[in-house]
Amino acid sequence: MSTELSAGHVFQARVTLAQRWEQACFWLFRGATYLVLLCGAVVFLNIFVKGSRTVFQPTAPFINTAFFTESPESLHVFVWQGKKMEMGDREHRAFVAQHPEAAKIKTEDYVYSAGGIFPCIVGTVLLVVGSMTIALVLGVSAAVYLNEYARDGTFIRFVRLAILNLAGVPSIVFGLFGFGMFVLFFDWNVSLIAGWFTLAFMVLPVIITASEESLKAVPKGFREGSLALGATKWQTIRKNVLPYALPGILTSSILGIARVAGETAPIMFTAAYVVRDKLPWDVDKFSDFFFQGVMALPYHIYVVSSKIPQNEYTERVQYGTAFVFLLIVALIATTSIVLRNHLRNRYKW
Amino acid sequence: MVTASTLMETRSPAPNLRPTLPAAEAGRPAAPAAPAGQILIDIDHVDFFYGASQALHDINLKVEDKKVTAFIGPSGCGKSTLLRCLNRMNDLIDGTRVARGSIKIRGIDIHRRDVDVIELRKRVGMVFQKSNPFPKSIYENITYGLRLQGVSNKARLDEIVEKSLRGAALWDEVKDRLHASGLGLSGGQQQRLCIARAIAVEPEVILMDEPCSALDPIATAKVEELIHELKTRFTIVIVTHNMQQAARCSDKTAFFYMGRLIEYADTQTIFMNPGNPQTEAYVSGRFG
Repeated sequence: MSTELSAGHVFQARVTLAQRWEQACFWLFRGATYLVLLCGAVVFLNIFVKGSRTVFQPTAPFINTAFFTESPESLHVFVWQGKKMEMGDREHRAFVAQHPEAAKIKTEDYVYSAGGIFPCIVGTVLLVVGSMTIALVLGVSAAVYLNEYARDGTFIRFVRLAILNLAGVPSIVFGLFGFGMFVLFFDWNVSLIAGWFTLAFMVLPVIITASEESLKAVPKGFREGSLALGATKWQTIRKNVLPYALPGILTSSILGIARVAGETAPIMFTAAYVVRDKLPWDVDKFSDFFFQGVMALPYHIYVVSSKIPQNEYTERVQYGTAFVFLLIVALIATTSIVLRNHLRNRYKW
Repeated sequence: MVTASTLMETRSPAPNLRPTLPAAEAGRPAAPAAPAGQILIDIDHVDFFYGASQALHDINLKVEDKKVTAFIGPSGCGKSTLLRCLNRMNDLIDGTRVARGSIKIRGIDIHRRDVDVIELRKRVGMVFQKSNPFPKSIYENITYGLRLQGVSNKARLDEIVEKSLRGAALWDEVKDRLHASGLGLSGGQQQRLCIARAIAVEPEVILMDEPCSALDPIATAKVEELIHELKTRFTIVIVTHNMQQAARCSDKTAFFYMGRLIEYADTQTIFMNPGNPQTEAYVSGRFG
């Protein structure tokens, strides 16, 4: 065989062990990638298909607006004149008022299975906006200090190590910390502001690390050029460093947004209510706004999936909420990406 | 002609960063009366360290007003380090210090505690090896330093932009696109923009750290021409690897080797009749 092969030209192709490995590795990597893609697709499709039954409807306006605009309420299922009726609590009361004889009919009740999730949407948006604001202010300030002002030494290395370790702390521990610190010690109770700080502390390591990287990516020449013109350090940072680091900082905060919006553990002790009738802006005085608990999407999913008896009706809420949840995270993330791209075009070098 | 060796006797005894000014003044002869030959920067027995490693050894050098002084020498000889000492840009690097000696500009030790480094850098501008226009418009690049000083009058800014760009021989090339990004210019134009930016704040001294090392011969020639024009208004200290450049555009040349000042004299003397065999070997291309 070898003689036949060697009879060929100098570049004669032959199957070697290395080539077999080459092929095997190629298919291994390709397969792994496709497997990941498949898993992702299954997860999203599952939520999309099941959730769209709740979110969309076959009749105009095709979107179940009540799901977006109403509070959760109990679902009453009963048989009325031979027909199976499904009604939310408010609708049922109105129905009973119209048909007094309906009051006597025994209904099956399913909590939180009717109405919508408007308070949860509002709560999640408030939590995200508040905690990201706190995290960005604290995180960017810390990153500016670490990267621009601090001289590298043992202490600064220790600070960096501490920040990295903070990133590895499980979110439930942050929840416990927030509960002990903000809810009990500061006596803020279960409130928006306690949730804001707990979530902010959770994303801080991500924001600080990424902001530092973005600051490092700004060429040294911008700083030197500015300082050589008689700018102070802060003038240099504000006019000639931060604007160019901003797109990178925003990129990192997009990841932060998804995490803040999605985490359940840190808010379950600090900010989230199972159910609350009042909307966040129904407050007597302005300061009360910060000290009220809110409903939140991830916590609502947790409640309807594990705290109430499961049945065919709860599944609708679960997947409907999950679907809306993904939509909202995608919406916030898209906004940040658009903003980032806008800044990137404005400040590119 | 003031050479380093003839001025040795003015050595200040103060070993720390901040020798007291009057004492240092007292030991120094009065500056020559001729305006062009006046001493502007007096570098006196400077030792400089990066952490534990010494980069400059006992440097004595006097830069004359409204002249072009060139620092030459092989890489790592300390010429850029010395240049960056003159506007204290080395302060930005952790662990650097002037361990001994003093640098005086107009008789004032720039390391004195009451010296405002911001004020110093306004007086002593700098052009860097790698041209670093900010990613802003040409106009904003020039007005950057002025706006920091609180100049916001549009007419005045316009006037200074034109004056600076003309001063940097760039006006005719960019006058129609002042609001386009400075990064859209060619390498040589970018470097001249940086020079325009530096002269817009009206410094006394312009430090140039290998300003032409990344430019082609034509752009280099333009910058050199510019240096000739600028020296009527500014004192220029230029670090260069290019010996022809030092020969073409400087009045005085200092040759550094291994962190020491080997020879400092008129450019003509350095290139035609160097006093030190090492200088001769270097300028004639036998090493470095």
